[in-house]
Amino acid sequence: MSSPIKVATASLAGCFGCHMSILDIDERLIDLVGHIQFDRSPLTDIKKVGPCDLGLIEGGVCNAENVEVLKAFRRQCKILVAVGACAINGGVPAMRNQYSLADCLEEAYLHGAGIDNPQIPNDPELPLLLNQVHPIHEVVWIDYFLPGCPPSADTIFTFLDELLSGRPIQFAYQQIHYD
Amino acid sequence: MNNQFKLDGITVPFSAGETIMDAALAAGIYIPHLCHNPEFKPHGSCRLCTVNANGRTVAACTTPASEGMEVENATHELTTQRRLLLKLLFVEGNHVCPACEKSGACQLQAVAYHCGMLAPEFVHFYPKRAVDASHPEMIIDFNRCILCELCVRASRDSDNKNVFSISGRGIQAHLAINSTSGKLADSSFTSSDKAARVCPVGAILPKHKGYNIPIGQRLYDQAPISQVGDVAKHQELADE
Amino acid sequence: MVHDELQQSKLSMPDSENGAPFSVLQQLIGLQQEYHYVPRHEIDRLAVSSGVSESHIIGLIEFYGFLHTTPRGEYDILFSDNITEQMQGSHLLADLLSKGLGVAIGTTREDRRVSLDYTSCIGMGDQGPAALINGQTITRLTTNRIGQIIQLIEASTPLSQWPKTLFEVESRAERRDIVLNSEYQPAAAIEACLKKGPAAIFSQLEQAGLRGCGGAGFSTAAKWRFCASAAAEERFVVCNADEGEPGTFKDRFLLQSHAERLIEGMTLCAAAIGARTGFIYLRGEYRYLLDSLQRVLDQRRKERLLGNAILAHDDFNFDITIHLGAGAYICGEESALIESLEGKRGIPRPRPPFPVTEGYSGFPTVVNNVETFCNAALIIQQGPEWYRQVGTTASPGTKLLSISGDCDRPGIYEFPFGTAIAEILSQCGAHQTMAVQVGGAAGRLIPETEFNRTIAFEDISTGGSFMIFNQNRELLRVIENFTQFFRHESCGFCTPCRVGSSLLVKQLNKVMVGHATTKDLEEMSILGSLMQKTSHCGLGQTAANPILDGLGKFPKLFQSRLRATSFEPAFDLDASLEEARLLTGRDDPEAHLEGGGV
Repeated sequence: MSSPIKVATASLAGCFGCHMSILDIDERLIDLVGHIQFDRSPLTDIKKVGPCDLGLIEGGVCNAENVEVLKAFRRQCKILVAVGACAINGGVPAMRNQYSLADCLEEAYLHGAGIDNPQIPNDPELPLLLNQVHPIHEVVWIDYFLPGCPPSADTIFTFLDELLSGRPIQFAYQQIHYD
Repeated sequence: MNNQFKLDGITVPFSAGETIMDAALAAGIYIPHLCHNPEFKPHGSCRLCTVNANGRTVAACTTPASEGMEVENATHELTTQRRLLLKLLFVEGNHVCPACEKSGACQLQAVAYHCGMLAPEFVHFYPKRAVDASHPEMIIDFNRCILCELCVRASRDSDNKNVFSISGRGIQAHLAINSTSGKLADSSFTSSDKAARVCPVGAILPKHKGYNIPIGQRLYDQAPISQVGDVAKHQELADE
Repeated sequence: MVHDELQQSKLSMPDSENGAPFSVLQQLIGLQQEYHYVPRHEIDRLAVSSGVSESHIIGLIEFYGFLHTTPRGEYDILFSDNITEQMQGSHLLADLLSKGLGVAIGTTREDRRVSLDYTSCIGMGDQGPAALINGQTITRLTTNRIGQIIQLIEASTPLSQWPKTLFEVESRAERRDIVLNSEYQPAAAIEACLKKGPAAIFSQLEQAGLRGCGGAGFSTAAKWRFCASAAAEERFVVCNADEGEPGTFKDRFLLQSHAERLIEGMTLCAAAIGARTGFIYLRGEYRYLLDSLQRVLDQRRKERLLGNAILAHDDFNFDITIHLGAGAYICGEESALIESLEGKRGIPRPRPPFPVTEGYSGFPTVVNNVETFCNAALIIQQGPEWYRQVGTTASPGTKLLSISGDCDRPGIYEFPFGTAIAEILSQCGAHQTMAVQVGGAAGRLIPETEFNRTIAFEDISTGGSFMIFNQNRELLRVIENFTQFFRHESCGFCTPCRVGSSLLVKQLNKVMVGHATTKDLEEMSILGSLMQKTSHCGLGQTAANPILDGLGKFPKLFQSRLRATSFEPAFDLDASLEEARLLTGRDDPEAHLEGGGV
């Protein structure tokens, strides 16, 4: 492995489970750390993504902010990877696509049980929701997909290891699963 | 010399009337498939078993084997085609694997693993489909139905009940239940029906049995479908 | 299984009781006519009387475009939506009618007086724009005629009292060759068969080199021989009059003006293969021909050319029943047509077995196109040499073409096989032609550089559709129309066609609105090629032809609409915030998304 590569990560409409899986790489992280420098990521708290070799995106696209973050990642990252079920097909958050956005918001903020002062939030600070949740490949070009909910630490490690070493990316049977 | 053909260069014997799929299954050679189940009349709708037979692309499950035929199966081109077909099936429905009780023992997943599909990639349809939980023992989640018609065939040909049929046309085609209300509870369906045990995906599932087998220990979690075969066969064994 | 099918077949004979499962579709068509939909109590009644399930019946209603479970208007109007009619302004006329009657297209007016919608090509390309009103054909629509129709509907004038001129369907040929120039002699072919025997008939058809005129071009002699030699107690003759290929109407002409030839051909086939029962599967769009066809059948029964003891041969009994289609293009595929005859959804069967060995009710069945039967009768009457005097070695004889689109004289043309496209264009008065779509939506788009190519099985084969587009036309609209047609008509049985035809429409729409990139074109090619290679039947295998031909032969059409970016989102980003903007009342800058792809 040669000079460190810059990596950025983000969780859009996800649960951070894929990020947890990255941490699950455990002691092998120490091997990786020498070869990787983190840019924007929940791990660094850098807010804006800079030029990177690799971007890892967890979660689908559910709101305007997700779109902006995803586009910024695409502009800055040479390789952009969809990590996990939500980034790949919307996952669990996309189950709201069964309902209209109005139904979702009204149920959550107007008609649901135990709601005090019912109103649909309209603060400009809040990102507006898209009418549907989308997988990230419907918004920007994606170079690689790592399925799983989450992809196992082993899968993520294999991917990073093979990418860093320039080998063709190949997985053992047990490393690829959609759940 | 009689009654044999070549499948990816391997000599495969067959008896008169057998399809390419029949002969391949008997010889232990895996041809990916979803709508095929040797217990029922071949259907040929999923097209996963598309092979090249003497230069023509045909469905292995409905095409009779013939003497001296040269069949290609596990080629790069055919695997690529199958991967595309699988992607079409994934984007057409709502396949949320992390939220599905069938995950790990789902043939759609298993065939997709076999064919090296990492993501569905096409534009997702997100159809709005209902779940029918009316029946006391079984649930139908239409979001996951891939229109293989195995339940239709099993209920008609094995259970003699005709609980299921296909309605609609084109992309609107959908599984329908034969009862006055259209609900499963009002049909003659029971959990002991053959049709309750043939669904290759998580569309028809038993109630009250959630996660009996933990994720990670399920049929296709450790071994590929090319080695362990169809899930229906295993369901049958588990029930006995 | 086989045993069941044999039992069913007994019920399916023409003189059987109405309760038979095979008759369900025909009964539903009757109910739709009577009620303008199929009411629930009739579904229940039919389920009991026919012994099929309610869900099966609803499955039929949801499959066939002309059947409905919810009420349609007293006047149910369907505008033919083929591209050549759009070029004649059909959409403007439909909008005019929509405004005049106060009913949105695709809906039924609240008082249930009228429904308005589009339907696939109704076979009136030479006298469009055309529409169906309660199944009856109205041709040559103009703004005047639309005004007239509005008045008639608002006055609740019964359809039977509408001016007859509205329903006139012209039936004449613009060009005649050996087939249309020959006088038909009643019973000549049947007599020849009864005298010389089937083997002589097959060999004459073989010498003539007659090939299926529906477009596939299978040898007619071979088909009849296969059927005759299959061991079975019954055999069937089926005429495929489900002329659904957009832009085709030559069978309509034959059915209207030369029905005797057709019946002669079918009866000849019955005599040759040993069949007692025949069916004409008449597309629902040609319902206006039903009465005249019945009259021809009745007349021939009177003349002992049909029915029992035909031509006084005590052992030759053969009769024909007309079955109506109900708005499903796929039923033009012969095995789907047989399914439909059996009262089922029109899903193509796996082949083999082919209909010649296992067709209607499981029995050997000859399915031929209208033109094929007509030609067979004439060939036996005139002799094979007569047929071979024109055409090419591989494609003897002539072909009827349905010419529509940009030309001075659209209509029916009989040309010898081997005629060049350029010659056809000159004879029908086409000017500044950019492209011709030969063979309908499923056919091929032929650019000007290929106008020296010929109509023949060895070059460009066609069922008869010939649509002309001049240099002012937007060919992408043509491609879009055909692509939408296939999405609408896909039966939904197999994965590649069911899903692929929908995805192609989405992708092409992205091109049309100017949001596509080269990646989208690549995706369309990949999908199209997948559909060609892996689809279950001809519909799916050809559904991508318009796009693939467009990409291959008119690449600039697509490229000129592409964005310079390397990738564009699959959906309109800003528009997808619209619902949230409405719900929150926000319109601040953060409530918008600018730009598209990266």
